Amino acid sequence: MGGALPLGDPAPSDGLLPASAAVGASARDFGVYLHVPFCRVRCGYCDFNTYTATELRGASQHDYAGQAISEVEAAGRILERSGVPDREAATVFFGGGTPTLLPADDLVRMLRAVRSTWGLAPGAEVTTEANPDSVDAAYLGRLAESGFTRVSFGMQSAVPSVLATLERTHDPERVPLVVQWAREAGLDVSLDLIYGTPGETLANWRTSVEHAIRQAPSHISAYSLIVEEGTKLARQIRRGELAPVDDDVQAEFYELADDLLTEAGYGWYEVSNWATDDTHRSRHNLAYWRSQDWWGVGPGAHSHIGGVRWWNVKHPSAYGDRIRAGDSPAAGRETLDTATQEMERVLLLTRIREGIPIDSLGALGRREVAGLIADQLIDARAALSGSIELTRRGRLLADAVVRRLLAD
Amino acid sequence: MSPRPLTALEPAATPPEFIRNFCIIAHIDHGKSTLADRMLQITGIVDDRSMRAQYLDRMDIERERGITIKSQAVRMPWELDGQTYALNMIDTPGHVDFTYEVSRSLAACEGAILLVDAAQGIEAQTLANLYLALENDLTIIPVLNKIDLPAADPDKYAKELASLIGGSPDDVLRVSGKTGVGVAELLDRATRLIPAPEGDPAAPARAMIFDSVYDSYRGVVTYVRMIDGKLNPREKIQMMSTRATHEILEIGVTSPEPTNSKGLGVGEVGYLITGVKDVRQSKVGDTVTTALRPATVALPGYTEPKPMVFSGLYPIDGSDYPALREALDKLKLSDASLVYEPETSVALGFGFRCGFLGLLHLEIITERLDREFGLDLITTAPSVIYEVTTDDKKTVTVTNPSEFPNGKIAKVEEPIVKAAILAPKDYVGVIMELCQSRRGTLLGMDYLGEDRVEIRYTMPLGEIVFDFFDNLKSRTAGYGSLDYEPIGSQEADLVKVDILLQGEQVDAFSAIVHRDKAYDYGVLMTGRLRKLIPRQQFDVPIQAAIGARIIARESISAIRKDVLAKCYGGDISRKRKLLEKQKEGKKRMKMVGRVEVPQEAFIAALSGDEPPKKK
Repeated sequence: MGGALPLGDPAPSDGLLPASAAVGASARDFGVYLHVPFCRVRCGYCDFNTYTATELRGASQHDYAGQAISEVEAAGRILERSGVPDREAATVFFGGGTPTLLPADDLVRMLRAVRSTWGLAPGAEVTTEANPDSVDAAYLGRLAESGFTRVSFGMQSAVPSVLATLERTHDPERVPLVVQWAREAGLDVSLDLIYGTPGETLANWRTSVEHAIRQAPSHISAYSLIVEEGTKLARQIRRGELAPVDDDVQAEFYELADDLLTEAGYGWYEVSNWATDDTHRSRHNLAYWRSQDWWGVGPGAHSHIGGVRWWNVKHPSAYGDRIRAGDSPAAGRETLDTATQEMERVLLLTRIREGIPIDSLGALGRREVAGLIADQLIDARAALSGSIELTRRGRLLADAVVRRLLAD
Repeated sequence: MSPRPLTALEPAATPPEFIRNFCIIAHIDHGKSTLADRMLQITGIVDDRSMRAQYLDRMDIERERGITIKSQAVRMPWELDGQTYALNMIDTPGHVDFTYEVSRSLAACEGAILLVDAAQGIEAQTLANLYLALENDLTIIPVLNKIDLPAADPDKYAKELASLIGGSPDDVLRVSGKTGVGVAELLDRATRLIPAPEGDPAAPARAMIFDSVYDSYRGVVTYVRMIDGKLNPREKIQMMSTRATHEILEIGVTSPEPTNSKGLGVGEVGYLITGVKDVRQSKVGDTVTTALRPATVALPGYTEPKPMVFSGLYPIDGSDYPALREALDKLKLSDASLVYEPETSVALGFGFRCGFLGLLHLEIITERLDREFGLDLITTAPSVIYEVTTDDKKTVTVTNPSEFPNGKIAKVEEPIVKAAILAPKDYVGVIMELCQSRRGTLLGMDYLGEDRVEIRYTMPLGEIVFDFFDNLKSRTAGYGSLDYEPIGSQEADLVKVDILLQGEQVDAFSAIVHRDKAYDYGVLMTGRLRKLIPRQQFDVPIQAAIGARIIARESISAIRKDVLAKCYGGDISRKRKLLEKQKEGKKRMKMVGRVEVPQEAFIAALSGDEPPKKK
C-alpha cells in the first residue's frame, strides 16, 4: 500500500458491487486483510500508509478497532446485497503499519468481528505482522488463544548498522526471544528480511540470512529495498548522503539468500518467499497472486472481489469520517475487463512456483516458451510437463518474463 | 546623384544599348538583400511606405537565415546624363551547393557587383563566385558594404579587393545598404561601366533559363535572359533540351512585382508562365526558342543537376511516412535538383534516400520539411557517390553504404573536390592539421591582404560531408570559410565498416571510410551504442567489422534483476499499471535481431549526442 492510490473510477457510496463480481465466487477463496495504519516512528525507507501519533490529525488509535469492525460488518452486508454467496474466511491477515501497536484485545475484537460476519473456514490461516519490540510473551499468548495461527516478524536485518540506516528501532538480540515466545504460544513464525540497504555488504546480508535461519522459522521473506519517491531515504540518496544499491548488486544479494535458504531446507514458492514445506506457505499472500477474493479493511486498504478492485481513502481521519457517516470508505475502484484480468493472471501467477499452465497462454505467449527456456529463464522440465516455472535467473527477471509471455 | 527617371523604358521596346544586366556577388550576411532593398527604393519602384526588409526574399526560411536560395530578377529604371536606362538586377544564390545555378545567373549578366562586408573581408564562397564571374568575362564593380559599422575597416579591405581583381583601392566603392550612403553612386557606376548586352534581333529567338520557381497559384515561373530574337505573348515556345512545347500564357518583367509586357527583346530579362506544374519541365540552363521558327543551336553551358551528397531521411514517427512522401513530392515541384527514392532500414523503418547538391542543400530541405510540413525527421550520415569495381570487373555505383558490394574489391573511386578555405593567418596551422587529417593534399596558399590567407586543398568530398565544416568553424573560432568544387575522382583504399548488434548488422550505421580511419570509426560507434542501448536479458556484443573481420568490440552485459520484489498489501492495480507502462515502452523499441533498441538511441548515436542512459 505504498505511494499514491491508483487512478480509477469513482466508487459508489453504498459500496455495492456489480453483478459480475459474484460470478464464480464459490470457486474462489475469500480472505480478509485488516490494515492497522499506526507506527511508533516512521522508518526512513517506508512509504506505506501508516501514521505516527503526531501525524494523525484528530484520528485516534483508540477508536480504530471500532471503526474497522464497522467496516467488517458493513462489508458483510454489502457482499450479501451484491449477491455474492456466503463464504467463510480462509485467511485473515493483519498488516500495517504496526498491528501490534494496538492492544492485543483490539486485534482479538477485530478477528471476532470477521468470525461473526463470515465465519472462519476450518484450518483458516490467521496472521499478524509484528515488530520484535512491540510484543511480549503475554501478548503473543493472548493472540494464539484467540485464534491467531501465525506471526510475521519484521526482522529486516541482524546487523545494527543496517537497521540504523533503515531506522528500525528494535534490538536484533530481541528476535530470538520473540520467536521463542511465539513458538511457545503455538504460533507459526515467519521472518521478514530486507536486502540492498545502502551501505549493506554481502557479508552483512549473509549474517542476517544465517541469523534468520538459526531461528528456524517455518517461513522467510526477503524483499529488496525499493527506494520510494517521497521517503526520507530517497531524499538522503538524492542529497548524496547515502549511496543507492544498484540492481546488479541486489541480484547478488538475492542469489546468496536463495543459496543459503535452499541449503537450509527452505524452498521458494514465490519470488520473494521461502517456506520449509507447502503447508507453511503464506496462504494469504498466495491468494493475492492467484487472484482470489479478499476484502481489505482500513485506510488505504485494497480489495478484490470477482474482477472488481477498489481501495479505501488513505488517511485514518478521512476513513473515520466515512465510517461514522455510514458511507463506504472506498476512494476509487476499477472493474477489470476480460483482457485485463487475463493480463493480471499472467502477471501474478508467473511469480509463484507452480506458475502458469502453458496451454492457458495466448498463441504469441506460447511461442515465447522455447526462447525463455533457451535464455534459462524458465525451467525446461516444468515447461515440458506444461507449466512455466521460473529459474533463479528467471525469478530475478520475472517482470521481463511476464512481458514476453504477454506478447499478445 | 542622378534624379529618379520620370518614365521607365517599355519592355520589348528597349534598345539593348540602354539595358544593363548585373548581379551581386556576396557572402551570406554581407548585406546583399539590404543593398537590394535600397536600390528598389532609390530607383522608385518600391515606395518608402510599402518597403519591407529583404523585399526580394520570398521564402520565410530565406529571410530568417539571411540567405537567398532562389534568385529573381528585378527591372529598375535609372537615369544617367539625361538618358533613361533599364537596369536588371539578377539575384544569385550565395552558396557553393548551387554553383551551377550561380553560373547560369552569371551567364545572364554582363557585370557583377562584388559586395564585401567592410568589417569582415571577402569569404571563400564569394571568391569562388568571383572566379566564375571572371570566367564569364563579367565587368566587376568592387564595393565595400556596411561602412556604417563601427568595426568596419574599409581601407584594409579595399586593399584586399584591389589586390584580388587589380586596380586601385580608390576604385572600391564604399556604401551602406542600411543607410543608403553611396548606393546612387553605385548605380551610376554600374550604368557607366557595365557593357550593354549584344544579340541578333533578327535571329530565331534564344533565351536562357537562369531560374525556375514553383508558385502554388501560377505554376512554374521561368526566368529568362533573352539573347537573340524576341518572345511574344501567346507564342508557342520550345525547350531545346527536351523539345517539349508550351504556350506562353504570360510574359513580363518583375519590377518588383510581376508586370505583363508585350514581350521580351534582345538583352532583356523577364519571366514566362506556361502553366507547367513541375520545375523539371523548365530546367535551369536550358534554351527557350519558338516552336514556329526554332533556333538550331542551343546556348552553351546547360547540364542536368547532379546530386553530390546522399542521405536517408526517416520520420521519427513511423506513421508520418506518407506525409513525408507527400512533402517531398511538393518540394520537388520547386527544386529540380532534389531526387529521392523509398528506402527501408531495420533501425529506422521506412524513409527515403535523397540526393542533394551539397550539405547546405540537404540542410535547407530538411529544415523546410520540418518547418513547412511539420515533419520530425532523422537524417543518416551523408554519403557521396563511389564507383566500386569488384574483382570480377563489375562496376557498381554506390550512394548508400548498403549498396557496397560484398566480396573482393578491385578498386574504389571516390569524388574529390578542390577546396578553398579562407581564414585569418593565425589559423593556418589548425586548418592544415584538419585538412591533412581528412586526407587533403595541399595545392597552395595565398595571402589576401595582410592577415588573411586562402588555403587550397584537394580533398575527398566524402571527408567534407562528414562534419568537416563544423570542425572548421570550431577550430577557427567561426572565422574560417569554405568553398569547394568537384574536380573529378580518385582511387582510394576505402572499406565499408558495418556495425553489428549481437551479430546483426545495423544498416543505418554502416559507413564507407578510408581503411586508416576504419578502426576509429568502429571504436567511436560501438562506444556510443554501448552507452545508449539499454541492457537486455542477455549479453549484447557490439562489433565493428570490415567484411567478416571484427575491428572493434564493446559489450553490454545482461541485466540481472528486473522484478518488483513485493506487491504492496494487495495493490495489484499499481503493479499492473507499471507493466502496462513497460509494455507501452516496448512498442517504441526497434528490434535488431533480438535486441530491443529505443529509437532515441539510434537517433542519438547518429547525431553524436549522448544523453544519459535511462534506467
